[in-house]
Amino acid sequence: MSDDGAALAGRLRGGDLTAAPAVLNLVENRSSARRPEIDALLRGVAPAALGGEAPGHVVGVTGPPGVGKSTLLSALVAAWRAAGRSVAVLAVDPSSKRSGGALLGDRARIVYDPEDTAVFIRSTAAGSRLGGLAPSTRAAAAALAAAFDVVVIETVGVGQSETEVAEVADTVAVVVQPGSGDALQFIKSGIMEVPDVLVVTKADLGQVALRTRRDLSAALRSLGERGTPVVAVSSIAPVQGVDELIAALDEHRAGLDVAARRLAARRAGALADVAAEHGEAGLRAVGGRRGAERLLAREDEGADVPTLVAALEAAAR
Amino acid sequence: MSHRLPEPDRPWMMRTYAGHSTAAMSNALYRGNLAKGQTGLSVAFDLPTQTGYDPDDPLAHGEVGKVGVPVAHLGDMRALMDGIPLGDMNTSMTINATAAWLLALYVVAAEEQNVEARSLQGTTQNDIVKEFLARGTYAFPPGPSMRLIADMIAYTVTEVPKWNPINICSYHLQEAGATPVQEIAYAMSNAIAVLDAVAERVPAERMGAVFSRISFFVNAGVRFVEEHAKLRAMGVLWEEIGRERYGIDDERALRFRYGVQVNSLGLTEQQPENNVQRIVLEALAVTLGRDARARAIQLPAWNEALGLPRPWDQQWSLRIQQVLAYETDLLEYPDLFEGSKVMDGLVAELLEGARAELAVVAEHGGAVEAVSYMKAALVDSHRDRIRRIESGELTVVGINRYTESEPSPLATGEDGGILTVDPGVEAEQRAALRAWREARDASAVDAALAELARVAGSDENIMGPTLACARAGVTTGEWARTLREAFGEYRAPTGVGEATAGVRGSGSVELDVVRDEVERVGEALGRTLKILVGKPGLDGHSNGAEQIAVRARDAGMDVVYDGIRLTPAQIAKSALDEGVHVIGLSILSGSHRELIPTVLEALAAAGVDAPVVVGGIIPDADVAPLKEAGVARIYTPKDFELTRIMRDIVALVAERNGIAAPA
Repeated sequence: MSDDGAALAGRLRGGDLTAAPAVLNLVENRSSARRPEIDALLRGVAPAALGGEAPGHVVGVTGPPGVGKSTLLSALVAAWRAAGRSVAVLAVDPSSKRSGGALLGDRARIVYDPEDTAVFIRSTAAGSRLGGLAPSTRAAAAALAAAFDVVVIETVGVGQSETEVAEVADTVAVVVQPGSGDALQFIKSGIMEVPDVLVVTKADLGQVALRTRRDLSAALRSLGERGTPVVAVSSIAPVQGVDELIAALDEHRAGLDVAARRLAARRAGALADVAAEHGEAGLRAVGGRRGAERLLAREDEGADVPTLVAALEAAAR
Repeated sequence: MSHRLPEPDRPWMMRTYAGHSTAAMSNALYRGNLAKGQTGLSVAFDLPTQTGYDPDDPLAHGEVGKVGVPVAHLGDMRALMDGIPLGDMNTSMTINATAAWLLALYVVAAEEQNVEARSLQGTTQNDIVKEFLARGTYAFPPGPSMRLIADMIAYTVTEVPKWNPINICSYHLQEAGATPVQEIAYAMSNAIAVLDAVAERVPAERMGAVFSRISFFVNAGVRFVEEHAKLRAMGVLWEEIGRERYGIDDERALRFRYGVQVNSLGLTEQQPENNVQRIVLEALAVTLGRDARARAIQLPAWNEALGLPRPWDQQWSLRIQQVLAYETDLLEYPDLFEGSKVMDGLVAELLEGARAELAVVAEHGGAVEAVSYMKAALVDSHRDRIRRIESGELTVVGINRYTESEPSPLATGEDGGILTVDPGVEAEQRAALRAWREARDASAVDAALAELARVAGSDENIMGPTLACARAGVTTGEWARTLREAFGEYRAPTGVGEATAGVRGSGSVELDVVRDEVERVGEALGRTLKILVGKPGLDGHSNGAEQIAVRARDAGMDVVYDGIRLTPAQIAKSALDEGVHVIGLSILSGSHRELIPTVLEALAAAGVDAPVVVGGIIPDADVAPLKEAGVARIYTPKDFELTRIMRDIVALVAERNGIAAPA
């Protein structure tokens, strides 16, 4: 089995889930020598190659530390698997980069059957910002969505940090715990975008959880966001609310213009890549963010990220 | 007051922490120890028994009979106590998550000897908070675990009134790196959490009896003067808590009672004979002052850093106690430190620190809620201790000073100076378990388990159905599985994520050098060097693995720390999915010869070719077979310089990936 980009894309297109570790090893590789392989991989899973958008559902799950995201993910993974859906989890870890190193996966372990190849979990150190994505996350999500039924991007943060995951995910679920007013305040003050689904964990706490759920619903109504579901879940025995949450995620996806959302994701991804590679100076050379967005809007809607990056770089010369 | 006692004091209870292989072999060991003058029993259970798995469970593989005796059902308990008159014995059981179960087996085994529960004496360790913090043999989430403890206390106070249902342990906190202040404060916070939980389950007038049945299990390190002060400080605080928080005024009930196992953390692999004098000095810490003298003592053996102690090694430790109690004049005097400026000053200092730390834990909402906070604080303290040894600030003779040594004749015998458990024991236990299951009344077992499940979901006391399960022939694994299904499973915080990040330039020069090398190799690899640190098997002693994880992070690596109790399949899947460059495994339970090759096979089957390094208590004789099986590097307690281990690991990754050494 070859690990070159085009071959990996072929394996993903064929539904080969065991390609996932090699795909991640490739997209996480920062050396310029591997750049052409990454480009080949992304071309191979772009709409042109697939004959449409990648079928997987890219779900962003974000929330502050300690809110119970991993326990929730354990319950979600189990429920998705029980329904026969394959799941990839890209956990973006916020650990300190002060030493240059990071402690990954130091959370409640996501529990699953290790013999089950339809579950894939990769944790990656975030960039310098809390809640930000790792540089490879966008490419990884785009690639894995070609083969996995569900691709989860787990990030840590609350406030503005979920903007970045919202650029990549089809559906964003923000997780809050009972009794914490942060999310409520952020939504009211407009600091936080209204997510697609709000999840209140630790429903086993009873009254507190119910009150939090009520307060959030009221805040959303006052903003005229009646459609946003607020789901209370308990991930510990007896598990409750998980099926309801999955239904809410599925319902959002069903009502979504996937092509438009993915197009926006690819364009945002290209911008982020150019900014990462050439800095703000590179962006200024194409007329700043607005100028770059105008340039990107002229490109083909099915164009893959490497093509978009190349177009921006050509315009900057 | 006279400077002599009218009559010498009676000595403390003398025990040896013992048990291995099978119930019958352990029974023979106990009888031998009692014949040598030991005055109580201290039962070491194996890890499957401690965590609630039967010997035929996949997770039990390699662990059966290793660090203690397997007790899978009533028949094993009968064999373990055969010919030992339980009415006269004082038995301490190091058992926590499954304490209610083992107590039930003990009570029923005593019934069969015609000894009624009312006359049984002993202790179940039963301290779950320290399992979350330091020892790792928990089975259920914190809430249900505290409920089991409270149920047991409510039961024993009326039915087994001479039993100590819980031993609040500060022992393992020190092993995990606690400073004396942390040891005092966390143990007291823990005791408060337990008492508060019991207060909800017993009538108020019985709280005095409950308070008087709470005993402690402490540690004593080699700084024996300060350690003695620590015990006096604990006595002061305990009385204060009893009076102020629980309104108890009976002097006897307020007395601080403790047993002790002295320090194992400070025992060394190098020049292991030095451990004998360390153990003697530590024994003084808990006996010197009459006002804070231990009620029961068990001493570790000189060779604990090498492997499992043999009967002769344990005899040596028992003889230390006997010389101290029967040859010296220690027991003839009142308290030696009454009016001592130094002692009073030390106690005051420790009290001040402990009160402040108690307040911090209380602010977190008490010991159960503060587990994450305390765990991270312990990981930090332990890291500081290692740093001070590495830098030479803290002297450890034979480790970082006076390292020249003649070869030690102690560890050169045919057995390498340690006990090796026959690997055939596991198969034997599995066969015995099959026979037990076939011989019992299956419908009685089903009925007993159904009732256990019902009570677990109610707020009735768990001891009733647990005793019924014991009588019906239920196994340890069946009892625990029923409760796992009712309560759910749990993974304790590892503390490593919250541990303070090391910053470049703040550590040693050596660490900065390693960081540069990690960065260089990472550039060549195209990705940051990534390591998986994991503990296969049931061994929960994660302090070493945590320190490796934190140091690897400080050295600039991306670290996947998956914590304790991993199956070989989980390790292989994680290594593959996470794309790690190297895998570090830690095992202290002696099960490395079975478990490591199984992990290597699982990795090969998954197509992972990253090199594997192993750390733990690995006897010399096992090094060659492990290397032949494919282990790249082996580290034992003598490799205390973590930064050097990191440098070694980076070089290994570079070599395996064809990256040239630095110019």
